[in-house]
Amino acid sequence: MEPERGPAAAGARPDLGGLLRAVLASRGRANSVFDILAVLQSEDPEEIQEAVRTCGRLFGALLERRELFVGQLPPEDTVRAGTQGAVCKYKVWMRHRYHSCCNRLQELLAHPAFQVKEQALRVLMTFVQLEGAQPLEKAQWEGHYLFPHSLFRVVVGGLLSSEEDQSLLISQFCQYLEHDDIRYHTMQAAAATTAKVTTQQPEASLTFWNNAFTLLSAVSLPSQDGEVTSFYVKHTELSNKWKVTHLKEHRKAFQAMWLCFLKHKLPLSLYKKVLLVMHDSILPHLAQPTLMIDFLTSACDVGGAISLLALNGLFILIHKHNLEYPDFYRKLYGLLDPSIFHVKYRARFFHLADLFLSSSHLPAYLVAAFAKRLAHLALTAPPEALLMVLPFICNLLRRHPACRVLVHRPQGLELDADPYDPMEEDPAKSQALESCLWELQTLQQHYHPEVSKAASVINQVLSVPEVSIAPLLELTAYEIFERDLKKKGPESVPLEFIPAQGLLGRQDDLCAQLFTLS
Amino acid sequence: ARARALRKRTQTLLKEYKERDKSNVFTDKRFGEYNSNISPEEKMMKRFALEQQRQHEKKNIYNLNEDEELTHYGQSLADIEKHNDIVDSDSDAEERGALSAELTAAHFGGGPQLLDRKTTQDGEEENKPKSRKELIEELIAKSKQEKRERQAQREDALELTEKLDQDWKEIQTLLSHKTPKSEKREKKEKPKPDTYDMMVRELGFEMKAQPSNRMKTEEELAKEEQERLKKLEAERLRRMLAKDEDENVKKPKHISADDLNDGFILDKDDRHMLSYKDGKMNIEENVQEEQSREAGGRDSEEEEDQDESSEDEGEGERGEAHTESDGADSHADLESDRESDGEDEKPEEEQQQPPGKRLTRDHQKTRKAASSELPYTFAAPESYEELRALLSGRSAAEQLLVVERIQKCNHPSLAAGNKAKLEKLFGFLLEYIGDLAMNDPPDLQVIDKLVVQLYNLCQMFPETASDSIKFVLRDAMHDMEEMLEAKGRTVFPGLDVLIYLKITGLLFPTSDFWHPVVTPALVCMSQLLTKCPVLTLPDVVKGLFVCCLFLDYVALSRRFIPELINFLLGILYIATPNKQSQGFTPVHPFRALAKNSELLLVSDTAAAAAWQGGGLSLRWASGHSALPLAEANHARLSCVAVCLALLRRCVLLYSPLPSFRAISRPLRVLLTEHLAGSGHPPQLQELSRSILAEMETQKQLYRPLVCEKSKPVPLKLFTPRLVKVLEFGRKQGSSREEQDRRRLVHRHKREFKGAVREIRKDNQFLARMQLSEMMERDAERKRKVKQLFNSLATQEGEWKALKRKKFKK
Repeated sequence: MEPERGPAAAGARPDLGGLLRAVLASRGRANSVFDILAVLQSEDPEEIQEAVRTCGRLFGALLERRELFVGQLPPEDTVRAGTQGAVCKYKVWMRHRYHSCCNRLQELLAHPAFQVKEQALRVLMTFVQLEGAQPLEKAQWEGHYLFPHSLFRVVVGGLLSSEEDQSLLISQFCQYLEHDDIRYHTMQAAAATTAKVTTQQPEASLTFWNNAFTLLSAVSLPSQDGEVTSFYVKHTELSNKWKVTHLKEHRKAFQAMWLCFLKHKLPLSLYKKVLLVMHDSILPHLAQPTLMIDFLTSACDVGGAISLLALNGLFILIHKHNLEYPDFYRKLYGLLDPSIFHVKYRARFFHLADLFLSSSHLPAYLVAAFAKRLAHLALTAPPEALLMVLPFICNLLRRHPACRVLVHRPQGLELDADPYDPMEEDPAKSQALESCLWELQTLQQHYHPEVSKAASVINQVLSVPEVSIAPLLELTAYEIFERDLKKKGPESVPLEFIPAQGLLGRQDDLCAQLFTLS
Repeated sequence: ARARALRKRTQTLLKEYKERDKSNVFTDKRFGEYNSNISPEEKMMKRFALEQQRQHEKKNIYNLNEDEELTHYGQSLADIEKHNDIVDSDSDAEERGALSAELTAAHFGGGPQLLDRKTTQDGEEENKPKSRKELIEELIAKSKQEKRERQAQREDALELTEKLDQDWKEIQTLLSHKTPKSEKREKKEKPKPDTYDMMVRELGFEMKAQPSNRMKTEEELAKEEQERLKKLEAERLRRMLAKDEDENVKKPKHISADDLNDGFILDKDDRHMLSYKDGKMNIEENVQEEQSREAGGRDSEEEEDQDESSEDEGEGERGEAHTESDGADSHADLESDRESDGEDEKPEEEQQQPPGKRLTRDHQKTRKAASSELPYTFAAPESYEELRALLSGRSAAEQLLVVERIQKCNHPSLAAGNKAKLEKLFGFLLEYIGDLAMNDPPDLQVIDKLVVQLYNLCQMFPETASDSIKFVLRDAMHDMEEMLEAKGRTVFPGLDVLIYLKITGLLFPTSDFWHPVVTPALVCMSQLLTKCPVLTLPDVVKGLFVCCLFLDYVALSRRFIPELINFLLGILYIATPNKQSQGFTPVHPFRALAKNSELLLVSDTAAAAAWQGGGLSLRWASGHSALPLAEANHARLSCVAVCLALLRRCVLLYSPLPSFRAISRPLRVLLTEHLAGSGHPPQLQELSRSILAEMETQKQLYRPLVCEKSKPVPLKLFTPRLVKVLEFGRKQGSSREEQDRRRLVHRHKREFKGAVREIRKDNQFLARMQLSEMMERDAERKRKVKQLFNSLATQEGEWKALKRKKFKK
């Protein structure tokens, strides 16, 4: 059974079709399979693609014809030496070829050329489908649910590569995730693969985590309890006893997968990404959302942007799952520092803060502390943030009439210093209620006309209805700039009446004093 | 009502129907013909007035002198005086009054009474009535004779005028022995245009003498100038405080600083030249005085100036003599430029003396030095490349001269399209300045000069200038935004953007509460200070320059800039050696413990000792070449010095703010630390100490905030609210516009129905009319047929009777 070495690469391509036909036509020509498999090792991506396609057709046809050995596969040598019939020997031999083909295809999933990867993935998934329909294992009882677990694990293992960024391939894989069974088994396989990789090497590479996160976040469960009907592997009849058919099992698998993923120490960038999708694509689908408490509280203690993002998930847990979290507002208060106006998640943070502070049952001292703190920070904020935070503060005062003393204290005495202590971390001890919002008065002198107007609101009695800050959250300086440019004044452009004498201006200008042209 | 409708139809529709096949219509346009309220005398008066008016309207509107034509016997006095062009039609008009009666009688038959009267008159005169034929013959003979007479008269008149012309020419040569050059040249070019016309026009020009205003005294001028400045300042304050925005809306137009309120935007240059035209070359050093001169001389000189320019145009091609004079003044310009380099006060004034207006200067002295390098006229560049080609490779003074000449040659008062050209020039110049700023090293001196030109152009075309500035600012912001979106952070833009921002501050008033150009520029600067991380020394210089600009912008309005304080504190932070400060955390774009956090530290004490102080050079901002170590250390120290100076300014500026202490707390922390542990030169330490002392002196009390008292809310009234119900039923309960709309739709429908009904009735009426007409016609026909039959019957009867008779016989 010495395989004939196929002709060199140049001649190989036209042969493939012929070889395929020959193998499928008669079992006598089976050795040509080696030729086909040899092309899989080729260097030329196009040849590989061709070979992959041929392999797909070949083994697809064989699977359909049930010409592969079914059951526990004996080693090749023992079979050859054994006494089984020729047909059986042929089947075992062919099954071994099938295995080597699958292994090679898994290697190809890490091929540099994307077309090859895609082709390999497609063929592998076809195998999964066919193998599911014609299982290569013997069913242990009637109606036993069989799924090519090992083959599928190979696929997922290829997707969760530690060396290469597979995000494109994973996005291709997403089309299969629409099928319920594939999704279910993907969750299982992903959890298993993650566990395997992390036990092998505790410090897994960033690429692996990125791939894992891409795959995990691509899994999305249906929100309502519908029938689980869409199957990738065609079954003649569905049984209620199968775990795959229950959404509850899906949820369990989903939860197991995420917990398995999150219990490891993640890189910081991934932390942020997970937290960003936490509230709307992870928490609602978990069987027991409270299991996320540990993760979220530890994230909340990290500080900076991450704790900011963790707030959202935490709030959902507090709000919907009765989580008791005593220091929540203190923590929120602690998050308010000057950088809050400059971070990327400003809009999200203020949206959440608005939500957290919307309750009318909050104590006045707390709200006053928040208002005062925000006003204090506003002294360092750029105009786009000011346009948002000033209405925010005014809304706080509107919601809590007890806090109006911050802007209206008719019988107050003149003070030497501001009673408010900006360094105090506990809002209860900050003495904000005894202070006034002089910061807003200061900001009435702001250089930007709209900010100045927004700050001047406190000069009058505050109007009753709140101002919606939703449209202001995403405001950027560029938008303000564009708006200012487009605004048309009622009169023609006023001009400077002092004639220019040079670039740096007159003698008493700062520029002329501090800068020179030479 | 029915009867009325019928009557109306008979009056209108029936008339139309009857006249349907007639194409010409008789309309009586006589004034008040059908108005019974006016008595006939009045009617006549009105008609006369109307006629006069109509005649008056036909006159040339530019002819202000001849308000009304004086007449004698209905004939224009002017026409009588003319004599020379008596035409047939005129004489006809003359005699129309006298002959009309007879003529009308003869030719058109006249009215019956008129004819009667005539005949009776004739009869009385000659006692013998003539037959109609005789009368007509007589008339013809008379008119022919008259015509002949008139012809003879006209010939005489023509002869006389010709003779007069000849005489006048003789006298005229005596009178005008100094015929202008232009006249001569024109004669050469065009062989004989029409001497008479030319003469008339010339006379017209000569006779016009312009009354001139009294020249104002120095005190008056100074006072006027002072008042003008006061008014402008008041205007500026009003805009700064933005107190009366509503009032603003009502105001039709902002009166700019140099607006004469005559709807004409005049270049400064033209105003100048006149004050120099008299040959007095006294050049004031003082800009103030110069301004007052402009203000005063403007009115009287403007007109003269325009005359001159029109003359210039009339001259057509420039002869050799012209080139000479141009050469002369070009040299003068060069000279003045050289002077301007030396002195700071002079340049504006000097440069603004336009060429072509110094003809009265001494040519001979300067002619020999006329530089042959520069052409004297420049076409306005149509594209940026053209301008660049014109300017590149020339020295600063030459570039300035070229720009100036482009401006002069294309002054808006010279040709119609020049305004657009100069408007474009502003944009090109701005672009050119941007290019200069990006050069290595940046050509700041040239920019320094060109800024003045920009200012002048901006005064001429505020709208275009603001649009151009907005455009470059938008460009800069757009670049930054793009980079921000792509990378998440951005870098300081090139020097050009900073220069643009500076220019914006020079061209427009920066203290306004809201300004279409300055407000976006402020946002742009804020972006620069918040979004651009400081990584290198040039970044520091750029940042400090932006801070400086910012403070200059708000120098008058004293407005608060949070970003600026943040940035300066950040700069101070990276210049402070010990980072374990507790009381201060740097704000974005600075970060604690970042790799740039020791950027401004000077470890070398020798360099610190050698540092002399002095201004920060803008060249360092371009950062094309790395500075040598010693110079870099100097630059660092200068940066710190500038930063401290700016902080000091901030402290002075913001000390009245209610939360000044909260603002300045981090500054205090940083400064004390700075003083404690740095080996900075004594000047800097002194500066820091003075800032601290300044802050200490600012003690203020915190006065609790109180809202303004608002109007008390009126008590709730329990009278029912009245809602105007327009129509009952389902039409209620909608908004006012909806109701209005519905009402309109309803009305339209009603009108439409009414119109249809009217048309239908009209048609019915017409049909009825046609029917009755037809009936009438039929009846007529029947009657006629009957008559015929009757006659036939009688004929038949007669014939039969005859026959019977015959038969009997």
